[in-house]
Amino acid sequence: MSALKLNTLFRQFDQATLIAFACIVVLLLIGALAEPAFLSPQYLIQQLHTAAFLGVVATGVMLVILLGHIDLSIPWTIGAGGMMATGATGILGPEFGVVLAVPFGILCGVTIGFVNGLGVAYLRAPAMIFTLGMNAVAQGLMVYHTGGFAPQDRATPFMRELAVGHLVPGIPNPLLIWIVLGAVTMFMLNRTTLGRQIYAIGNQERAVFLSGVDTRKVVLIGFMISGACAAATGVLLAGWANRSYQAMGDPYLLPTIAAVILGGTNVLGGRGKYIGTVAGVILITILQSMLSVVQPQRYFAGLGLELPADTFRQVVFGAVIIAMLLLYGRQKVSR
Amino acid sequence: MLQLRLSAAQRGVLIAVAIFAAMFAVYGWKQPVGLTSNVINTASNKGALLALVAMAQTLPVLTGGLDLSVGAIFVLSNCLASSIVVGDPLSTAVGVVTVLLVGTLCGATNGIIIVYGRLQPLIVTLAMGAVYFGIALALRPQPGGSVNFELADFMTRSTYAVPHSAVLLLLVVLLIWIPYRRSVLGRAAFAIGSAEQAAYMSGVPIARAKVLAFALSGLLASIGGLLLTAVTYSGAAKMSIANDYTLNSIGAVVIGGTSLFGGVGSAVGSIFGAFVMRTVGDLLIVFDINPVLQPLFVGLVLLVAVCAGSLRVLRIKNKLDLYR
Repeated sequence: MSALKLNTLFRQFDQATLIAFACIVVLLLIGALAEPAFLSPQYLIQQLHTAAFLGVVATGVMLVILLGHIDLSIPWTIGAGGMMATGATGILGPEFGVVLAVPFGILCGVTIGFVNGLGVAYLRAPAMIFTLGMNAVAQGLMVYHTGGFAPQDRATPFMRELAVGHLVPGIPNPLLIWIVLGAVTMFMLNRTTLGRQIYAIGNQERAVFLSGVDTRKVVLIGFMISGACAAATGVLLAGWANRSYQAMGDPYLLPTIAAVILGGTNVLGGRGKYIGTVAGVILITILQSMLSVVQPQRYFAGLGLELPADTFRQVVFGAVIIAMLLLYGRQKVSR
Repeated sequence: MLQLRLSAAQRGVLIAVAIFAAMFAVYGWKQPVGLTSNVINTASNKGALLALVAMAQTLPVLTGGLDLSVGAIFVLSNCLASSIVVGDPLSTAVGVVTVLLVGTLCGATNGIIIVYGRLQPLIVTLAMGAVYFGIALALRPQPGGSVNFELADFMTRSTYAVPHSAVLLLLVVLLIWIPYRRSVLGRAAFAIGSAEQAAYMSGVPIARAKVLAFALSGLLASIGGLLLTAVTYSGAAKMSIANDYTLNSIGAVVIGGTSLFGGVGSAVGSIFGAFVMRTVGDLLIVFDINPVLQPLFVGLVLLVAVCAGSLRVLRIKNKLDLYR
């Protein structure tokens, strides 16, 4: 019995996942050479705390990519989630606003995802463009809502608690949320009809449709979950920073897609393990953290070149993603 | 009797031209000072910036890919030009050539990684866009720089109410787009976009055609960056500019009648698509709508444009045809 369970667990680790986890270990070892504190439990927990924000949004994006689509409305769905949650008191009134802030923020994300799903699944618009358009619409609505400045951007105490508190000692709440969300997602993908349908649609939507599944509804659900996850990240981020701000989701688009794809999920859909996405998320978080700790610009400043830290964050980041994809993300030649 | 037979691409261009003409007419009519040559020149400069980036987007889209780094190459060229397109005519000329070469090189790098690395264009250009933007930041940590004033003035002026930026667009079409369209590799790009497998079977040089499409895309984006430098007299590495132009270029391509699945479309359509996108902003101003709503309207135009293509969904009788 337990051997069987172990076997099922082991099957979650495909080649890409193993390479991604190996890269994490290598990164940590390199980091430890520069800064021994890299291997301390506090540092690792802190990294997982940061990773959880990316992990939650990546969960939804992974489902959409598994379906063979993509969600580029992530930045302003995160923004909408955060800004609507902090603005809930202004919109719903003080007595409901505080209590319903979190569900209200997430509901706004679900709505964006719902429209995305309608466009992609029912109108058959290309997901890439439709979600980009929705991103602009969400941006326009949020900028209009604030009128260019921020009327009510403070997080409620509950949001604050969600983002920085510890329900279980030693485990920050966002990490706990990510663990629960991840467990539910893994169960859904591996054990439920919906999960099987998601994989099947990513492989061959025609065949799934012919076998009597309402594939459009499944795609719609996928986009709604993606919107919910992105908005939830926005809520957590707003709690973390104790306020919401415009463009709070902008730094998340590339890392999210990169995390999912580095974790071995096929960009064209149908193949990928959730545990791989977990590896991708941790990998990217540690990479970003290392860049800010090691500060490569210091070495260039020694050579008389003053370069902004952001340069390295962007260049190294893009280069590493390309390098890793070349390592194991190459497509087969199907000829 | 004259028979009018239009290909899908030509029809797309005509629709874009018609929408633009209608919108611009309304703009000219509501504009308090009327359509003076100054107003036309400003509109042309603004439109030409996006038109160049949109043409840059068109080439990868025709092969069935998407380039999310055009905005970053545009910004990188702007930052580079604001440092090296200065001084006497010779150094200015060297600067211009360098900027165009760097842009072409960025595009070619995308193409090479995509073709020989066998990776998806979307994720490659997303990652490489970050790299190009990082380099732009290194060149211009703070907005600033300058540009050869005579060149900048010449590029953005108009003669007899004919904006030079519009002439620049015409030259790009005549000297780059039409020769490309007629070349073997240009036709190959269309074939790849229509059916890659079939193109491969018929011996179409797929790898070279794709790399060329991305390289020319980089070249066009850098011409745009050069024009931006001439318009603003400075360089700025702003993520919002890169994102804005990438997003709007895709919108312009769609409005211009180019199919996002590849194989059908034209750069001329994208030019008018770009002018449509830019006129949306102008119309908001003359109708006295809060300018912060601009992203909302641009997004809505984009959604309407993609959904217009979905009208075919309603006509399909066999539901199975929906799932290609």
